[in-house]
Amino acid sequence: MPRTTRPRYRPAAPLGGRTPVGSTRRTSMIALAFLSPALVILTVFVAWPMLSALRLSFTDASGFGREEYVGLENYVRVFTDPDVLQAMGNTAYYAILFTPAAIVIALVLALLVNHPLLPWRGAFRTALFVPFVVSLAVAAFAWSYLLDPQIGLLNHWLRGAGIQLGNVLQDPVLAMPAVALVAVWKSFGFYLVIFIAGLQEIPGSLYEAARVDGASAWQRFRHITLPMLSNTLAFVMIVALIAALQAFDQIYVMTGGGPYGTTQTVVMEIYTSGFKKLELGFASALSYVLLLITLVLSLIQFRFFGRREKDAQ
Amino acid sequence: MTAVANRGRMPSPHRRGRARASSILLLIVALVATAVVLLPIAVIVFTAFKPVGEVNAYPPTLLPENWTLDNLIAIFRELPFARLILNSFVFAGGVTAFALVFDSLAAYALARLDFRGSRVLLIAIIASLMIPFQATLVPIYQLVSDLGWVNSYAGLIAPRAADAFGIFFLRQFFLSLPRDLDNAARLDGASEWRIFTSVVIPNAKPALLTLAIFTFVNNWNDLLWPLVFTTDAEMGTITSGLTLLTGPGGIIPQGVMMAGSLIAVLPLVIMFLLVQRRFIESVASTGLK
Repeated sequence: MPRTTRPRYRPAAPLGGRTPVGSTRRTSMIALAFLSPALVILTVFVAWPMLSALRLSFTDASGFGREEYVGLENYVRVFTDPDVLQAMGNTAYYAILFTPAAIVIALVLALLVNHPLLPWRGAFRTALFVPFVVSLAVAAFAWSYLLDPQIGLLNHWLRGAGIQLGNVLQDPVLAMPAVALVAVWKSFGFYLVIFIAGLQEIPGSLYEAARVDGASAWQRFRHITLPMLSNTLAFVMIVALIAALQAFDQIYVMTGGGPYGTTQTVVMEIYTSGFKKLELGFASALSYVLLLITLVLSLIQFRFFGRREKDAQ
Repeated sequence: MTAVANRGRMPSPHRRGRARASSILLLIVALVATAVVLLPIAVIVFTAFKPVGEVNAYPPTLLPENWTLDNLIAIFRELPFARLILNSFVFAGGVTAFALVFDSLAAYALARLDFRGSRVLLIAIIASLMIPFQATLVPIYQLVSDLGWVNSYAGLIAPRAADAFGIFFLRQFFLSLPRDLDNAARLDGASEWRIFTSVVIPNAKPALLTLAIFTFVNNWNDLLWPLVFTTDAEMGTITSGLTLLTGPGGIIPQGVMMAGSLIAVLPLVIMFLLVQRRFIESVASTGLK
């Protein structure tokens, strides 16, 4: 560690700029010393695997024997294999079920928990956030038990209300909504907290003015809250979409991708092909497709980030 | 952030009666919503203490009639559970400790030192934020396997000993710290290492705590990672170990599963309740920054 650095005078930072420390060789050496542990890890376990996955995606690697280059074969399979196409369709369907449900529930509860007339707001906020620290796997155990056709409490109560769900996790129509529900339950608290922060940024004077003008609660929501919250909404939507693309844990626990592949997602497919069937080349190609989709969504997100940072300045 | 901006908004006196009625209505709605949300957690807690007969009884009930510790004892028989608890602490704790040190060192260089290539490096780190870890799992596994680290703490921890999110997050926080402090220390002849350890780090405690909790919770709860890097039941985590019990047909009694689940969530819930205010506030700020 650079303990031997000599005392040097450095002028204070000019307003709004970086300190002109000077790009001396010495500063670069010090910076390198500070950066090197993280850089070694990120190079070996992020940068190199990225390149390695790209190379693998053009081979028939299986973990054994020689790898042959197979050109675009793996990518062709990604877009033609009916099982993979089904997994992609399932992932899109999962995202369509998960994202709006998580956002609407989080927003409605954020409005409730942020309401100035609600007592014990802090306690409610804390309680609603608790599922966020529960793992998806454990959430999946609890929900599987709740939904059990014989001894499940939820199934029992719904039967009491005249709703027959049957064996939800074995039902090709209901299995996907069920695994999406588990993810909504686990993650809405996170989005709720972000919404509350967004709501608290809205100046109270806007609501006062609207009230003086006689605007109804719905009009205030529609014409003040929603527009003022649009950046937060966009942020949450993209974060939720990216999370949806990576669906794995609760599906692995609850359905294993079944029944009849109706809950098989892209990450489930990567796991099965890469670590069960050892089709490393194909798994890598599928990984790259997932990577590219995530990248596009992230770039959209960073545009919002950029706008927010500019707004804040 | 202006967390208390709306706090002071109170209804004018002539609306008090109506306000009280709305208050009670809102309270009822909030109580019902919270009860629904906490139902699965209540099911975990209560089922963990139910005798087998009651767990499988029809009609099912929420509360146990006779409380028992049988399930909590049984989970240690069904799985090497004490070992799994230890593994979870070593894995999640190890990743957190390494990542905090390495990330804050790197973040300091990016926030405070003006060196050639700093911009390019920052862009590369931001770009790598977008890579889902699932996408590089196959080559990381090959690497860990070539190193002979499958089924070892090194294999679980090393690939996550530094991460782009932590570096970026801490850099943003370091930038927000006033530079007067470290410039004063520099004038006094302090080295960069000294400024890092005795000026920046002590002032960054809230950010470090937030990052620590995030990292710990994420790793403790991760399923895919331990599933891939451990094949030996003795080397899994609580999260991955419990999934071994859920084969088709549900061979393991639900009471035992719920007992295992209870032990899996307990450390996190306790940790969360201890620091909940700060944790929730920092989650909120991730959406604003």
